[in-house]
Amino acid sequence: MDFRKLRADFPILNRRVNGKPLVYLDNAATSQKPQQVLAAMDEYYRRHNANVHRGIHTLSVEATEMYESARNNVATFVGANDPSEIVFVRNATEAINLVAYSWGRLNISKGDEIVLTIAEHHSNFVVWQQLAAENGAILKIIPILDNGELDYLAFKKALTKKTKLVTFFHVSNVLGTINDVCNLTSIIHNLSPKAKILVDGAQAVPHMPVDVSRLGCDLYVFTGHKMLGPTGVGVLWGKRELLESMSPFLFGGEMISKVSVEKTTWNELPWKFEAGTPNIAGVIGLSAAVDYLSKIGVENVRKHEIELTNYALERLSKISEVTVYGSSRGASSGSTQGRSSNNRSGVISFNIGPIHAHDVASILDSEGIAVRSGHHCAQPLVDFLGVSSIARASFYIYNTKEDIDRLVEGILKVKKTFHLESKIIRQNSKIQLKSV
Amino acid sequence: MDLYREEILEHWQNPQNFGEIKKADLVIEQANPLCGDEITLFIKLDDNRSAIRDIRFTGSGCAISIASASILSENIKNKTVSVISKITGTDVIKLLGGQIAPARLKCAFLPLEALRRIRV
Repeated sequence: MDFRKLRADFPILNRRVNGKPLVYLDNAATSQKPQQVLAAMDEYYRRHNANVHRGIHTLSVEATEMYESARNNVATFVGANDPSEIVFVRNATEAINLVAYSWGRLNISKGDEIVLTIAEHHSNFVVWQQLAAENGAILKIIPILDNGELDYLAFKKALTKKTKLVTFFHVSNVLGTINDVCNLTSIIHNLSPKAKILVDGAQAVPHMPVDVSRLGCDLYVFTGHKMLGPTGVGVLWGKRELLESMSPFLFGGEMISKVSVEKTTWNELPWKFEAGTPNIAGVIGLSAAVDYLSKIGVENVRKHEIELTNYALERLSKISEVTVYGSSRGASSGSTQGRSSNNRSGVISFNIGPIHAHDVASILDSEGIAVRSGHHCAQPLVDFLGVSSIARASFYIYNTKEDIDRLVEGILKVKKTFHLESKIIRQNSKIQLKSV
Repeated sequence: MDLYREEILEHWQNPQNFGEIKKADLVIEQANPLCGDEITLFIKLDDNRSAIRDIRFTGSGCAISIASASILSENIKNKTVSVISKITGTDVIKLLGGQIAPARLKCAFLPLEALRRIRV
C-alpha cells in the first residue's frame, strides 16, 4: 500500500508555510482531514440537513438515518457489541467528564481510591484530581519507568479493596508508550475486582486496531479530530449494564422519555446521554473518517507508523545532543537500547541540548515544519521527567520518510543556529535547570 | 532566522545580570506555565525605595524570554520605579530589535509582566 498516494486526498498538504512546503508533524494534537470527510459533511448540509429524532418529514428521517448509521459504523469499527453502547459527545475530554459526573461523583466517596498514571493527559488527570478533592477520595499515581513503560510493580501495589476506579492511557501522547491494556485489566480484575476501568484511547483508535469488547475495560474514550474526523465529536463507549446504571450527564431535550410538571423519565441508551441537538454533521464526518481508515485497514496504518517511527528514531539517534523520551531514551548517549518500536506509537518527544523546546519549534516552523512544544497537556509527566518543556513530532498516514528527513534537517539547523558545538553552551546549560 | 540573530543568542548564552541577590528588597516570580518559561527577579532598591539600584534574574525559558530579561535588566538599572512602570510592550519589542512573531510575544513580555508587579 503506497501511503504517498493518500496525500492527494488531503488538500492542506499543498500549503506552503514560510515559503516552504508544509511538513505536518503534529498529529497527536490533531489530524488533517481527507476530501472524503469534508465532502460527507458538506453533502449532509447541502442535501440532508434537518434535526434528528424528531419530526416525521423526509429530511428529518434522512438525517436521523445518517446519524444512527454513523453510530453503527463507529460501534463496529471499535468492536462494540451494541451501538447503544456508543455515546457521542464533544471530545474525549467531555467523555471523561461525563463518566466523572454521571458515575464517579456518586460512586466514589471518602476514603475510596482512584488509581491513575503520572503520564495521563490533563483530561484524565485533572478530572479525577478534582473529584478526589471534592469527595475526599485518594489519588494513587503510578510512575513511568525510564524506558517509558508503566511501573508494573507500583501498579500492582496500588490496587486494593478500596480501589473504585482505575484509569490509564492506551497510548501516551508524550512518550508514545503503548500500554498492554488486556494485561493491565486482568491484573485489576484479580486484585481489585470491584473497580471500574476507564481507558483513554484518544491516541490509540486513530493509529491501531482497537476492540473494546476484548480489552477488559468498562469504559473507553476517543475523539474524532485525531482520527481524520472533524472537531466537535468524541465517543464514550461503555458496557451496557454500567451505562444503564449511570444517571444522565446533561439534561434537556432528546435525553428524556416523558416530561411532566412533576417529574421526568429518561430515554433509553444511548440517547439518555445525548442531550440537545447533537453535532450531526460532525458525527457524519466521523463516520466518513471511519470508512476512510477501514478502507486502508488500521493494521496497515500501524505498520506504516512503525516504519516511520523506526526510521525517525534511527536518524535521531545519530544526532548528538538530541534526547528522546520514552523507549529509546538515551539516544544522545549513543545507546542502542529500545530502538524497535513495536511497543511505541508514532509519537516522538525530544529535546535538543539546553535549547528550549519553544525555540526548537520556532526554528522548525521557519522551515515549514509543524511540531508541538511545551507540556502537551501533561504537566505532571513533564515535571516527572525533570524538564520544563519538550518538543514533539507525531506521525500519521500521510507522513513520509521525506518528512522525517526534513525534520532532521530542521533539527540540524536548530543546532547550528544555537552554535551547539561551541563550548560556551555547556556552561550555560545551568540556565536551563529548573531550580537554582 | 532574524528572530535568532546573533544579538539575541548572545544574550541567551551570556545573559546580563543572571543570578540572585541575597537580601533583595523585592523577589518576583513570573511564569508562563503554558510553555514552561519561568523567571525570578531579584531587585535592590535605592534608599528612597523609588529607583532600582540593582537587578538580577534567574530562570529557565526559551531564548526570547531569557534575552528579553537580559536586555530589560540592563535597561532599567538606576531608573525610577515610576519610569519603569511606564515601559510598554512596544518598548520591549523595540529593545529586542523589533522582530518578534505574534506567537512569541508572550515569551518576550515575560520579564515585563514581572516588572509590572513591582510594588514599593
